[in-house]
Amino acid sequence: MDVLTQTWPWYVSGFLIGIVMLLLNYFGKVFGMSSNLRTLCTIAGADKFADFFKFAWKAQRWNLAVLVGAMLGGFVAVHYMSNPSNVDINPKTIEQLATLGIDAPNGKLAPQVLFGNQIFESPKMILILLIGGILIGFGSRYAGGCTSGHAISGLSNLQIPSLKAVIGFFVGGLIMAHFLLPLIF
Amino acid sequence: MHYIKYLLVGFLFGIVLTKSEAVSWYRIYEMFQFQSFHMYGIISVAIATGLIGLQIIKRNHIKAIDGNPIVIADKEKGSFRYWVGGLIFGLGWALVGACPGPIFILIGAGFWSVILILIGAMIGTFIYGLFKDKLPN
Repeated sequence: MDVLTQTWPWYVSGFLIGIVMLLLNYFGKVFGMSSNLRTLCTIAGADKFADFFKFAWKAQRWNLAVLVGAMLGGFVAVHYMSNPSNVDINPKTIEQLATLGIDAPNGKLAPQVLFGNQIFESPKMILILLIGGILIGFGSRYAGGCTSGHAISGLSNLQIPSLKAVIGFFVGGLIMAHFLLPLIF
Repeated sequence: MHYIKYLLVGFLFGIVLTKSEAVSWYRIYEMFQFQSFHMYGIISVAIATGLIGLQIIKRNHIKAIDGNPIVIADKEKGSFRYWVGGLIFGLGWALVGACPGPIFILIGAGFWSVILILIGAMIGTFIYGLFKDKLPN
């Protein structure tokens, strides 16, 4: 069962993500996770404040089903398919993180410093996660898609706007990882 | 019953993203430090698989499950919104190490702190909705 519990190789994972996109195309849909955020805003009542949220969200219920499935998948993978050898990142990365005060993975998916339950007592950490979310939510809607909608769906369909967005994703990510993260931590 | 196939595709997506560790903050950080090929490999193979699959669909006029042709709409034309929207998204992606799919997957896996990222992402989407017509394209 090691094959299932160890970290899945990039070529298997990438192939399966491509298959997920193609299956949704075969069902007559387009793969894109960030659209769900708009649907959730509408369900929460945002349509009373902006026309952008007045849309036939019930036609998007299929995407909410994908979302619920993904949550279940995450639950099963973490609770029944994990292994202490997971998240075996580059030792240089671990050293670099130590200088920022961020704990090493040791099989965990996310650092304790940023994602442990103690962060609910730290206004700074709460703010970091909220601001990160705001940037993701605003940016993905402004750009019309996220990693799934642009990088996977868009680029595999040879869309120039998606290429612009994906270059934007990486420029933003590099600025954050190289210049801003060291200032924040 | 109609929704079960979507639930199953989502389930596969959640497992693959978790087992490939694409949902991991560490993997995103490592990617942006150019210290591993792992994430670049995942994204490239996913695109290559999608590209080949779509070409097969288009050339053979393969129909969708409901018998209709498979039509994937082109993205709207524009530049500014893609560059700047993309850049803003990238800042958030590298800060909290999660894009929209992984946000939900991590919450499902029991990372309760990620609920804060979800709340932020909904606020960000809401702000976009409020100012949509005032933003340059």
